[in-house]
Amino acid sequence: MVEITVNGATRQVDVEGDTPLLWVLRDTLGLTGTKYGCGVAQCGACTVLVDGAAMRSCQVPVDSVAGQKITTIEAVEADPVGARLVAAWVALDVPQCGYCQSGQLMAATALLKDTPKPSEADIVAAMTNLCRCGTYNMIAAGIRQAADAA
Amino acid sequence: MTRLDDALAALQGNEPLNLSRRATLLAGFGGGLLLALGIPQRPARAQAMGGLAHARKVPSYLTIRPDGRILLQNPFAEGGQGIHTAVAQIVAEELDADLAAFEVQTAAAGPDYQVLFNGTRRVTGGSFSIRNSFAHFRVLGATARAMLLAAGARRLGVPAAELGTEPGFVVHAASGRRIPYGELAEEAAALPVPGDAQPKAGAWRLIGTPASRLDTRAKSTGQAQYGIDMRVDGMLQAAVVHAPRAGAEPGEVLNEAALREMPGVHSVHRLPGAVAVLADSFWRARKAVEAAEVAWTALSGEPVVPEDFSSAGMRDALRTQADAPGNPASDMQGDAATALRDAAKVVTADYDAPYLAHAQLEPPSATVRFNADGTLDVWTPNQAPEAFQGIAARESGLAAEQVRIHTPLLGGFFGRHFTYGSIHPMNQAIRLARAVGKPVKVIWTREEEFSRDAYRPMGFARLRAGLDAAGRIIALHATVPGEGPVAKHFGAARMGNPPVDSSAVEGVAFKPYAIPNRRVEWVHVAHPVNVGFWRSVGHSMNDFFYEAFLDEVADAAGADPLAFRRAHLAGQPRHLALLDAVVDLSGGWRRGPFEAADGTRRARGLAMASPFGSEVATVAEVSLRDGEAVVHDLFVAIDPGSIVNPAIIKAQVESAACIGLSSAAFEEVVFEGGRPQQRNFDTYRILMRGEMPKVHVRIVESGAPMGGVGEPGTPGVPPAVANAIAVLTGRRIRSLPFARHRLGQA
Repeated sequence: MVEITVNGATRQVDVEGDTPLLWVLRDTLGLTGTKYGCGVAQCGACTVLVDGAAMRSCQVPVDSVAGQKITTIEAVEADPVGARLVAAWVALDVPQCGYCQSGQLMAATALLKDTPKPSEADIVAAMTNLCRCGTYNMIAAGIRQAADAA
Repeated sequence: MTRLDDALAALQGNEPLNLSRRATLLAGFGGGLLLALGIPQRPARAQAMGGLAHARKVPSYLTIRPDGRILLQNPFAEGGQGIHTAVAQIVAEELDADLAAFEVQTAAAGPDYQVLFNGTRRVTGGSFSIRNSFAHFRVLGATARAMLLAAGARRLGVPAAELGTEPGFVVHAASGRRIPYGELAEEAAALPVPGDAQPKAGAWRLIGTPASRLDTRAKSTGQAQYGIDMRVDGMLQAAVVHAPRAGAEPGEVLNEAALREMPGVHSVHRLPGAVAVLADSFWRARKAVEAAEVAWTALSGEPVVPEDFSSAGMRDALRTQADAPGNPASDMQGDAATALRDAAKVVTADYDAPYLAHAQLEPPSATVRFNADGTLDVWTPNQAPEAFQGIAARESGLAAEQVRIHTPLLGGFFGRHFTYGSIHPMNQAIRLARAVGKPVKVIWTREEEFSRDAYRPMGFARLRAGLDAAGRIIALHATVPGEGPVAKHFGAARMGNPPVDSSAVEGVAFKPYAIPNRRVEWVHVAHPVNVGFWRSVGHSMNDFFYEAFLDEVADAAGADPLAFRRAHLAGQPRHLALLDAVVDLSGGWRRGPFEAADGTRRARGLAMASPFGSEVATVAEVSLRDGEAVVHDLFVAIDPGSIVNPAIIKAQVESAACIGLSSAAFEEVVFEGGRPQQRNFDTYRILMRGEMPKVHVRIVESGAPMGGVGEPGTPGVPPAVANAIAVLTGRRIRSLPFARHRLGQA
């Protein structure tokens, strides 16, 4: 049994300690907004915030984040930065298939919380998540719009 | 599918989504709790018109709830191309409703949704959807509006002719009375479906506007539900490993007893070409199946990919057939062989392109449940519900009518989710669910997906062009050895006589240039590995072969590539206008090399393509850095004839351009020893944020018959970039991807 804090709620999960956080979120807690894409921390679809830092949950053993604050896409709007990003995403119609966008938004939230007015280079450095639909330019536009709205 | 109920449920608690609860809610949407427009269904007058066979079957498509929300059953699957929004936009126009009032889902398998091929079939693919259903949905919307008007006339006791509509309301102007559609839906449902309602003749309110997408918010808050997110009560989860080489069979699982002792494991199963472990979670199933020690055999009776099969060997096999006589494509003209012999100058070159993975970000999955009433529910990403229904029926031993295929949102598809043979999560899930008597969800890991994709085929072309003394092309002879998905999966039945695989030659054949003697031949060389449709299919490589070669021919003629193309398009005003558009969009043609404001040395390349009924002209602006191409800008002019939603079109063109650039620059699946060497994104490189160029799109509405949108942006990008690289380096890249070559001196 591992105790973790997800979106402000403390949860006991009956899994092996080396289970990736991704699968605890998806299968044990039913928080399917966090996506599986590669399982090897390449694509970023599984990105969540752990104590405010963007982490690829497919490579995070659940017992390593006991006691830390985990935030998933389901609670992104509870954070004012996340809410501004979601508003920008909606205003600009950023997503296409949408599958990577949970991870993109979590990575963008971590970026703006750390760097409220990011340069293009900041965005390139922070936003390494893959998007097969090629929404990269719209994602960057969304980040800039959310930054400007602050 | 924007499932508001799910969104609310998930926001309110962290409990797993419960499918039986969802099913109840959705059933209510179309059933007794809510008033459905058009129930009971009345037989519509038989429609002889080709594209309108199902256009007046309002009850099959539309449900208007008392609160005015409109549920639309879309024959097409939504995978990012915006089809749920675009179809709703057409219906909303003619129904005279707010677009935001719509909720759209992909319709279940059934005859009323066969909106393609004269009302006989449907797929989501081929960039078919809007261009082939535009008239259908206009008539559908107009028919539903006529029903609401008739109901309004009865309610108000006035002639229908005195009534009009405003978005969402039937309006009696003379008395100022307005009735919301939601209040008339039940009455309208009781009326006969009119057979003569006509679409608007006047100006459009919605069609042609950049209306917002319906699913953006759900996709921006983690609430959008994909196939992989499906959960049904009591289900087990399965992970599979396939044979190292396709076609082999599992013999014994040597450590089966040990696997069954692992946490959460339910059972171990042998499947055709794979081993599966069922467990109470996907991770536990995966850990166990990846620990399986399997003795693989070649006893399946299916051909096993040979141990010595390799990409390099396949390329050689194609090359050896490049002078073989083949079957000519249908746009043959004149006598290319004689004209080549008589030409003042001949240019010959070989081009090739590698196997590609679809690399849609959502790995394949299937969830299946056998029900007590003998029916089967299947949730799986698919582009062809009826085809999947037929396969599921065969696999389960049920009648097709007993199988419900649910098509969730697709986390990308690009051609991945057609039926490409029996190695598929759905087939596996059906067998497993039968075996254990419980619902089963199968997920393929990324590694399994990359090893059992239906790859974009490796392609090859030998191109020969003859110039006359004036520098005009008088002959073009191309030989395309290989095999596309049409030959692979449909065989001779779809290839005409003599048989030609259009999916292998399109983009080398069917080009618009005026060349008096031309011949494109196809030589069938089968791929030992599975191949499939990949965004823009044959065009994804053939337009690279042709348009890059065309620049070589222009160079041989001493001509500028733009002027050379114009000279061979003199009788083609649509193409000339498109060239003008892309030149204007890019601020005037300059081939370069030139120095940009940031000090980089840049050049531009140009290419044209005629894919899926649309015309496209592309200009790429490129520099070199550290031996790789840096693409700064892509300028794309597209003429799809006429349009529905310019914002979605621009997004699709940008998306298609991105995948085109990604494929040309980085992507290849390399086979060695009969196995793909790329099993995940760490080795299968796709384009990232830092490599994404600015994409400038201009839509030209020539008024030509409506063309496709989802794929046409792809084929022009690889040759446009390659042509710019050649200007910078003086060297032609004839083999993709660019990453295989170190470019320039820098």
